Order: sequence, then structure tokens, then C-alpha cells
Amino acid sequence: MDAVISNFDEYLKAFGLTIGLFVVSGIASLVFGTILAVLRVGPVSILNKAAALYVTLFRNTPLLMIFVFIFIAMPVLGYNFKVVENVEIAGYNVSAFFFRACLALTLYTAAFVCEAMRSGVNAVPLGQAEAGRAIGLTFSQSMTLVILPQATRAVIPPMTSVMIALAKNTSIAAAFGLAEATATMRAFTNNNADQRIGIFLAFAIGYIIVVEVISLSSYLVERKVRVAR
Amino acid sequence: MRFIRTKAVIATVGLALSLAACGDAGDDGGETTDVEVQENAGDEFDDGTAMKEFADSGEITIGVKYDQPGIGFKGATDDMPVGFDPEIGKILAASLGIAAEDITWKETISDNREPFLQEGEVDLVIASYSITDERRQVVGQAGPYYVTGQQLLVKSDSDIASLDDVKGTEVCSVTGSTSLENIKAEGAKPRGFDTYSECVDQVLSGTVDAMTTDGAILLGYAAENPDELKVVVDPFSEERYGVGYSLDKPEMCQWIVDTITQAQEDGDWGSAFEATLGQSGVDTPEPPAMDECPAA
Repeated sequence: MDAVISNFDEYLKAFGLTIGLFVVSGIASLVFGTILAVLRVGPVSILNKAAALYVTLFRNTPLLMIFVFIFIAMPVLGYNFKVVENVEIAGYNVSAFFFRACLALTLYTAAFVCEAMRSGVNAVPLGQAEAGRAIGLTFSQSMTLVILPQATRAVIPPMTSVMIALAKNTSIAAAFGLAEATATMRAFTNNNADQRIGIFLAFAIGYIIVVEVISLSSYLVERKVRVAR
Repeated sequence: MRFIRTKAVIATVGLALSLAACGDAGDDGGETTDVEVQENAGDEFDDGTAMKEFADSGEITIGVKYDQPGIGFKGATDDMPVGFDPEIGKILAASLGIAAEDITWKETISDNREPFLQEGEVDLVIASYSITDERRQVVGQAGPYYVTGQQLLVKSDSDIASLDDVKGTEVCSVTGSTSLENIKAEGAKPRGFDTYSECVDQVLSGTVDAMTTDGAILLGYAAENPDELKVVVDPFSEERYGVGYSLDKPEMCQWIVDTITQAQEDGDWGSAFEATLGQSGVDTPEPPAMDECPAA
């Protein structure tokens, strides 16, 4: 443990990056996944099929392969996303590595968010959609005003599982140029072979804290917005 | 028709992926040397020592790396790893009366070298294994049999010429390695990848500005792509490669030191170097002097 305690700033920085990856790709995949879910339940056949194809493709591909494609294959094909480094947001530049990792995590997680969301839509009684249509709401109106708000409340537990999986999946970025928690753990063990177990425990505890915070906040949100039936 | 086209697309994508993923590690350092195998080696060692056991059973398991051309490299279709580390392994095995083809090679990566030794998965680790005080707390390290230093591999048209130029640039190496820590201390953004070949691909595709690790490894990669890659900067660290052994068998240290010293004197060490790392054009260095073994 000594190695971790005397380099505690490194430890915090590593988990900072892990949390950064989680928050950015979490928000992005929630937005993108919800759009996919709306397309899948929507009336336009071609969009419907496109979204279904996307989900099949990305849900069945291991995340590691998506990372390999974005980090190893795409730069060879000429897409290295270096342009994002020129974009300045509030004085900060996002590194192309961070962008690529978030892209890989989002593409993958969105497929799972879409399916969780779809289960939530199915949980909304059919009469709700029919009532919306009866009072003359368009598809997008009944989606945003009637169905999605109820669906979102119903999907908090499965969505939490998707988000916890995402938090742990950020560790794949360790092998692709990002000094997040897992990569930093490997650096620590390499330098301090005699403290292997202590270092492992310190990082495992870090991950447990991250995941516990996610599940605790989902519990609080669920208690607050639960639909009384 | 549609089916054929789909298949073609899948094949193309698959091909692109596999090409990109493996890189071309090539067959640099593919030569090997013949080391004279000691006969009746079992008589040389005292009863109860680990060496006696190896010599009597005729078996030894050696952990080497598979992804470092010149040092330790094994292609997917190769039978045996080649490189300077496996050559050292052959010299050690030969002194036990074990021929090269009877050695069991096992791939070790940086992360699992200590656990492999502690759990007896391998008897020796010869895997660009730098000697450090922390490592000597948990495993034995005899040597050094080779001393190298960290350098930079860049594209031939790169502006990086000195260590000062790496400030703020992105430099890759293997995740968790000492090289990555050292370059971070120089002000570069460290980018860790799982293997050296992935890291070289990143330099070639221009995603990172440079790759850093021991000069010996970089020379191996530069030799494969002399038009596109070059090695720059004088070595800025000292890495002393040692042979790892289990602390349960402290008697092995003196045997390793004696065998390698012998090989340095009779020229086996030099020919092992010329057949492997020497292929990239560097001169054979003066063999390093061995550390004394800790009192058993």
C-alpha cells in the first residue's frame, strides 16, 4: 500500500480519468441510445431497421474489437481524429486519445442503452400511447410528453446495470494509451513488485467506490421518481 | 449477388483489421547459434540443488517475451522464439546438458514475470527484465547479462532530435512500463499500449509522435522499416537486464553468473549478440560485469 499512499495524487488522477471517461461516454450513450430506441419503436420502417441493425452489430461485437478498430485500424485508414485537439472548450483541449476512447465506449454502450430503453417503452401501458394519439399528439409529441418520461422511470434499474458495466469497461482504455486507473495500477506494480497485493487492493477499492456511488445515486433517483401504480 | 457482395465487404474489413492488428513484425533477428551442450551435466552439480534436478530430468521452462524483435520474438507460425534472450536461455540450458529443442519456452509479459517465478510456472525469466531493488525483494535476479538504455523511435521526417523536443508530445510504450514513467518525467504525454507492435503502428500511422523503450528493441523495429523509422537521442536511462529465478532456489544465482561469465569469455555471448541484436547494425558491446550473488 505504501506505493499508493506516497503517490496518492497519481492514484486520484488515474481515477479522475476513469470517471471522466465514464461521465462523458455515459451521457453520450444515454442520448444516442435513447435516440436509437425512439427510432426502433417509431413508425419509419427504414430508420427502424437501421437502428435494429446497429444494435445487433454493436451488441454482438466485443468492446475490445471496437477499441482495436478505432485505435489501430482507423488511423491506418487515415482517420485519427487529431482535429478534436484544435477545438477549445472553455480553455481546455480534449486529446484525440480521450475522444477515441469515449467514441468506442459510446458506440458500444448505446446499443445496450437502446435495448434497456425499449424495454421501458414496452412497460408503458398501450393505452397511454393510444390516449396520446386520441387527443391528437404527433409521434414525437407523444414520445417526449407521454411515453419516454414514463419509460425512463421504469428503466432505472436495468439502466444502472448498463452504466455500472460502462464504468468497469473504461478499464479497456488502459491498453490504448490512456493512463486511467487500470493502466496506472500496472505502472505501480511494475515499479513496486514487492507491493503487488496492496496495490491491487487499493485499485479494486477505488473501482468499488465508483460503482457504489453509481448504484447509490440510482437508488436515490429511483425513490424520487418512481411511478405510483 | 447481394450475398457475394456482403461476403466481400466482410472479407475486406476483416483483412484490414487483421493487417492493422498484427502489424508486420517481420523476421528480424531470425538467426540462431549452436551452443555446445554439456554432456553428463548432472555430475557437475551437488545433490539437492535445482541445477542437479534440471540436469537429471532434462527439462527446464524458460519465460521469454514474444513481441520484441532482436530480444525475444516469436511469430504466430514459428516453433521457437528467437532473439538475444532465448540465446542466453540456450547457453544456460546447455550447461545443464539440455539441448535447445528440449527447452520449454513460455511467453511472459511484463506484468506476470514475478508471479510466474513465484508460482513455479517457469524456472527462469529471461525477458528484457531490468534489475531493480524492488524486484529483488520478491524474486532473484542474476546478471546483468546486457545493459541498454532508453531511446526514441520516430518517423524519418520527424522534428524530434533531442530529449527536449518531446515536451508536450505524445509518446507511446507498453502500459505500465518503466520507460513510460521515464518519458513522463521528461514532460511527454505517456501513451501505454498492450504490445510494442501496436505502439509501432501508432508511430507509423502518425497517431503518436514517438515510441520509447530500450534502444535494443527500437533498433529491431527500425531495421524492419528503415525508410519510415529512425532511432534518435542518446540513451537516457540505464537498464540492466538480469535473469530471473525463484528465491526458493538461491543456489541458481551463482550458476547463472558462472555460466554467463564463461560464455562471455569463450565468445558464445558475442556470437549470440551478433546473430540477434547485432543484425540491426550495432556493434557488439563490451560484455557487462556481473553483480555478486547475495549470500545464500
